[in-house]
Amino acid sequence: MSATGAGAAATPRYTKKDFESDQDVRWCPGCGDYAILSAVQKSMPDLGIPKENIVFISGIGCSSRFPYYMNTYGFHTIHGRAPAIATGLKVARPDLKVFVVTGDGDGLSIGGNHMLHVLRRNVDVTILLFNNRIYGLTKGQYSPTSELGKVTKSTPIGSADRPVNPLSFALGCGATFVGRTVDRNIPHMDEMLRRAAAHRGTGFLEILQNCNVYNHLAWNVVYDKASKLQHELRLEHGKPLLFGPPDDRRALVMEGVTPRIVRAKDVPESALWVHDEKNLNAARLLADLFAPDFPVPIGVLADIEAPIYEDVLLEQERRAIAERGAGDIAKLLTSGDTWKID
Amino acid sequence: MSETVAPVTGVQKGRRGLERAVIRFAGDSGDGMQLTGEQFTTETAWAGNDLATLPNFPAEIRAPAGTLFGVSSFQLQFGSQRVYTPGDRLDCLVAMNPAALKVHLADLRPGGLLIVNTAAFEKRNLDKAGYAQNPLDDSTLAERYRLHAVDMSGLTLEALKDLSLSANEKERCKNFFALGLVSWIYTRPLESTLDWINKKFAKNAVVADANTRALKAGHAFGETAEFFAESYEIEAADMPAGLYRAMTGNRALAWGLLAAAQRSELPVVYGAYPITPASSVLEELALHKRFRIRTIQAEDEIAAATAAIGAAFGGAVGVTCSSGPGIALKGEAIGLAVTAELPLVIFDIQRGGPSTGLPTKTEQADLMQALYGRNSESPVVVLAPATPGDCFYVAYEAVRIAIKYMVPVMVLSDGFLANGSEPWLIPDLAALPPIEVKFRTEKEGFFPYLRDPATLSRPWVKPGTPGLEHRIGGIEKQDVTGNISYDPENHDHMVRTRAEKVRRVGQEIPPTSINGPATGDLLVVGWGSTYGAITAAVERAQAEGKSVAAVHLRHLNPLPPDLGHILREYRKILVPEINSGQLVRVLRAEYLVDAVGFNRVRGLPLASDEIGDAIEQLLRSQR
Ligand SMILES: Cc1ncc(C[n+]2csc(CCOP(=O)(O)OP(=O)(O)O)c2C)c(N)n1
Ligand code: SF4
Ligand SMILES: [Mg+2]
Repeated sequence: MSATGAGAAATPRYTKKDFESDQDVRWCPGCGDYAILSAVQKSMPDLGIPKENIVFISGIGCSSRFPYYMNTYGFHTIHGRAPAIATGLKVARPDLKVFVVTGDGDGLSIGGNHMLHVLRRNVDVTILLFNNRIYGLTKGQYSPTSELGKVTKSTPIGSADRPVNPLSFALGCGATFVGRTVDRNIPHMDEMLRRAAAHRGTGFLEILQNCNVYNHLAWNVVYDKASKLQHELRLEHGKPLLFGPPDDRRALVMEGVTPRIVRAKDVPESALWVHDEKNLNAARLLADLFAPDFPVPIGVLADIEAPIYEDVLLEQERRAIAERGAGDIAKLLTSGDTWKID
Repeated sequence: MSETVAPVTGVQKGRRGLERAVIRFAGDSGDGMQLTGEQFTTETAWAGNDLATLPNFPAEIRAPAGTLFGVSSFQLQFGSQRVYTPGDRLDCLVAMNPAALKVHLADLRPGGLLIVNTAAFEKRNLDKAGYAQNPLDDSTLAERYRLHAVDMSGLTLEALKDLSLSANEKERCKNFFALGLVSWIYTRPLESTLDWINKKFAKNAVVADANTRALKAGHAFGETAEFFAESYEIEAADMPAGLYRAMTGNRALAWGLLAAAQRSELPVVYGAYPITPASSVLEELALHKRFRIRTIQAEDEIAAATAAIGAAFGGAVGVTCSSGPGIALKGEAIGLAVTAELPLVIFDIQRGGPSTGLPTKTEQADLMQALYGRNSESPVVVLAPATPGDCFYVAYEAVRIAIKYMVPVMVLSDGFLANGSEPWLIPDLAALPPIEVKFRTEKEGFFPYLRDPATLSRPWVKPGTPGLEHRIGGIEKQDVTGNISYDPENHDHMVRTRAEKVRRVGQEIPPTSINGPATGDLLVVGWGSTYGAITAAVERAQAEGKSVAAVHLRHLNPLPPDLGHILREYRKILVPEINSGQLVRVLRAEYLVDAVGFNRVRGLPLASDEIGDAIEQLLRSQR
């Protein structure tokens, strides 16, 4: 009962415009959320799903305003709880295509528990986590993805807690699809949105997003041309892990169980680490890598199959009804031990 | 007034609150049942109860083990007022072997507590007792009684495993395990038994230690397994004719939802996180997938509530359930359902608090939480069942109102109702009002917050409906269009509209039924599980010729439209509650009447005698 399949035959031909709502977009000028919104709207026609079957669910935060701007069904809920709302929705309506839009605070701080469990259950939803390493809506406090020592209004001499890595977290929770993209890399974002949405089960996509007001250029390592050239590691299934400028290509290789960087030309092709989206062990190693010591992986880290929560639940229901018929309260009430009083 | 479910009148005649209990320990003559009973009797006397006992043992000095005529038993009745006999029908039977079960089961009332030692239910003992099959293997016992099958022998051996006694000697301590367990259930102090053990086995420290440990292990088992004791006691007289079954409050809540699922033809998504005394609703519903009940054991209570809200957004019946601590966690989510104007049913099976409080004890102290326990102006409908069987009707009614008014409905049950069992007249399903579900599909003139003029409810739209794509959320919205709005006047209007919508549920409430004269000296107003005790006390006062009446509220928000008028027909108003005075405050605030509370918060049901005393006192006072 794939949502993607439902009604696909009768799907009208949409354009991006069909997915733009009539509401004024209220993000700060220059916010990375605009590019993401535009990319998501652009990706919608390719889903091949009637737009009435698409639902966007969000929590609270700048990012979570997202559903208001999508001309689909939408529900802007409460802080951190979007994954749980989406779980209930999918259990009620497995036929719908459901997206969850969340932020680094919404999804990994107040809603961290729900994020853990939606991933573990592998509910068939696509999660877009806008990571700007800051609390945007509440005006610039540090977030659980902010780097140690981050100076913000609430941490005037630096934060004392180490950040969580969303990709490692997701993999640790048993996620079946984990990817990362960048708000300023439109073609890559287009492709990742398509991949995440096509995945059956929970698709977890971290989008590195710029909050130009409270955390400008937090992801400069993959924005700045020169830095990007040095550090961006494009993950492509079946291709070796190579990065760096063409005249000085680097390769990521395994030394024992430790990733190491070597000059590409110094290693034989057979020693290269070939990216495999089905290999969760490799994905876990990749997830932990980041600049400056390592390159920044961009792309699909893992894409595997596992049982989907609502599929299992509904299969139990179907089987129960097939085997014993639909429930009948009148029969139930008089079943078992009863007695008469006259 | 418009339709409503069967009111709490009629069926409940003759019901009494638990003021006494009849317990029988039964086992093989070698099982030490007399000793167990005697010790329990001493503990009960220490606890300050009146009591009467009935020891009963085989005539043979050494009857063959495991046989029917080798069964020995000890019965006692205890109570908070005078007890004249050891009692007739058992509230609790402890059966240490199959023969004891066979001999004594007929005396246990339906819904009574049945505790059996599973270890003794093996082939040889079953044969001797004449059981062709193990009675614990089918569901009959569990349906008729509150069955607890406990491996008392095994647990006793485990507790004593490092003592230097033979396995046989250890196993013989199982009667102390049983005593500890039953002492936990009926809140008996262990001191007298501990004293006795120490004196009796002063010269044999190992045996003293073994018995002490077995006693404490049984007690601890009762606590960790969260056994509930309080239950309904029914007098068989004046019950209306019809087909009956035993029913507990939690099962009735679950079955009420099944009835609502079938009637509404909607799937139910039930989100819950285990907590005493609410878990058994989840467990019961999980058995009934054929009714399209989809249970989610969520990661926490917030997820349980929000999953139910997500389901309601999708066009299913969203239900969530917990006890007080979990309801506190759900508060923000309930507020979302209030403003999103989605149907949501919330069961609160109240227990003693605050915090963890008394998980296995009953209380009525969540009324204020239900009414006001959320941020800002966040009104919900609040209903309360009066008896275990009434939970069925109230659950059904909660779904009906939630859908009709697009509003959250909270149901306040409690540990007493949840675990209490009563012989229940099987309902006439045709008499239940229909649950009308209208999903909006027409595009013409659609707005997400367009309101029905009679109920003020907004349209329920299922995602998947072409042309009605829309967004809702927690931010304040403009009436009708549903667009985000920060306009001060609009907010004021929406606050009033959400309150008015709840107030209009008053249209659903039938005329309040009064037990007693329509005007007089004193009116007792109650709600929830105190129904039995209040009814007994009031009827006793009436029999003594006093001018006393009672009203029992099922609708706590909104209150019945005729209540204000009724209150003014009596000189005095008494409000007994298992809290420190919550409904009484509401009545005083709402109606400016001089209502007086009668409040005990012990984790126990109120006794009709103490309510009777309070009636007497208030009648006599100059107030
Ligand atoms: C229960 C609750 N606590 C706190 C808030 C305040 N709050 C709103 S958004 C937010 C943080 C949002 O950060 P993030 O998820 O990173 O989203 P961003 O604004 O950065 O997109 C906080 C703390 C709230 N709305 N609700
Ligand atoms: S505060 Fe930051 S994240 Fe929020 S809208 Fe402004 S730029 Fe974007
Ligand atoms: Mg953020």
